[in-house]
Amino acid sequence: MKDVCVVVGASHAAAQLAPSVRKNGWEGQIVVVGEEPCLPYHRPPLSKTYLAGEKKLNNILIKPQYAYDKADVHFTLGVKVESIDRDAKTVRLDNGEDMHYQKLALATGARSRRIPLPGGNRDGVFYLRNLEDADQIRRYIGHGKRAVIIGGGYIGLEAAAALRKAGMVVTVLEAMARVLQRVTTEEISSFYRRIHTEEGVDIVVDVAVERIDGGQAVESVVCADGQTFSADVVIIGVGVQPNIELAEAAGLEVGNGIVVDEFARTSDPDIVAAGDCSWHYNPIYDRHIRLESVQNANEHANVAAATICGKLEPYRAVPWFWSDQYDLKLQIAGLSQGYDEVIIRGDTEAGRSFAVFYLLEGRLLAVDAINKPREFMLGKRIISEALDLDCSGLSDESIPLKNLINS
Amino acid sequence: MALITYKEHGGTEHKIQVGIGSSVMQGAIDNGIEGIVAECGGACSCGTCHCYVDEAWFGKTGSADDMELEMLECVSEAKETSRLSCQIEVVEDLDGLVVYLPESQY
Repeated sequence: MKDVCVVVGASHAAAQLAPSVRKNGWEGQIVVVGEEPCLPYHRPPLSKTYLAGEKKLNNILIKPQYAYDKADVHFTLGVKVESIDRDAKTVRLDNGEDMHYQKLALATGARSRRIPLPGGNRDGVFYLRNLEDADQIRRYIGHGKRAVIIGGGYIGLEAAAALRKAGMVVTVLEAMARVLQRVTTEEISSFYRRIHTEEGVDIVVDVAVERIDGGQAVESVVCADGQTFSADVVIIGVGVQPNIELAEAAGLEVGNGIVVDEFARTSDPDIVAAGDCSWHYNPIYDRHIRLESVQNANEHANVAAATICGKLEPYRAVPWFWSDQYDLKLQIAGLSQGYDEVIIRGDTEAGRSFAVFYLLEGRLLAVDAINKPREFMLGKRIISEALDLDCSGLSDESIPLKNLINS
Repeated sequence: MALITYKEHGGTEHKIQVGIGSSVMQGAIDNGIEGIVAECGGACSCGTCHCYVDEAWFGKTGSADDMELEMLECVSEAKETSRLSCQIEVVEDLDGLVVYLPESQY
């Protein structure tokens, strides 16, 4: 029997992993099984240019069909994997078929975290993760229409910017004291609050959403303190959770993600996991992490693909992220958790360009760069290569960052 | 369509017909050309689609905006003819374009 490599999930990690398995010399079949009916597409535009209607599906496909054909990668789409039988080395599909594998890759990703909200099933209330979500929301976009966004994280703020650009009346409701509280510092939070306010978005913090009122269709969002916000459409963006259930049911080790070693191997040597769904070790930060990012999906997928082909290359990458809102490009290099010092380069109170450096005992952990690609690019390199940085000059924009790197 | 020649660092050459309105980066990704990583999918965010435009063609590819210029300052092995290929839109005038790919995108 010919060797078969089955990839479960058909998003960023799978789109990178499957062709990469071929590139690493796999001679057997490669089959990607995905629940959604279409080829892997870029997810970031769903809350940005795609939501705003500037791009179509064809513009956001990660690769066209012929790129997969060239790598002889097959897709089974619109089908869900229901279970894994590790002894028989098969996966059971929801169309009743069993698919045999020699090597299995779990690229199951993450899904929107749902909140139990009375009235949350009315028409016009959406989460935003998949193409279908974005397509549905797009039907509600219209000049002067009212959008209420629950959650002031990246997805919520990006969606707010896109809908505002389309001329909608937009309100963002955030449960915590500031937007982006879970992921960034106070300076960045107040900066984004200022920008959104300048752009005409109403940001309300410290507010608990109680229910969604209306008939069949949503009419308003009601908060615990009595505040009520009229809405034609509601988008809930309160984070994601990793899709680990398939792995868990198969007896693989899971925690906050599917547990993998430095080579992306799960507790079963014939099964790898990569991307958002994985709980993996990062040697730069010396701890286990789970990331929700395109960078991690891609680079982790390459490590997993090499492992499948018997080439063990440990995963070592600086995590990085980006967020586009209005004319702002936020680029984040590294992970800031655990910092003991913050240095700001540029003016956060006026203008739209500055960078925040996060340090621990003088070592650079992370950089948040807003319209400062130089700081992002160099910051990423400093973290990756553990370069020695003269932090005393960091806050002085007149000194080029590259001059602060001690060789 | 415009015919674009991608020359890899090792000398391998790919002649590809790329659709008008697409980008030089997308043409490489669609055809599995090594040397263009394009992590961010063309959002001018990662600097991993760096290429050198053949000198004869450089003027025809338009000019890089500030964001791209700053990114280019920081890519490894930047030259006068460096561009981020996601920012070069394929237009009819670029039929025949030649780009060189750097040794590494990191």
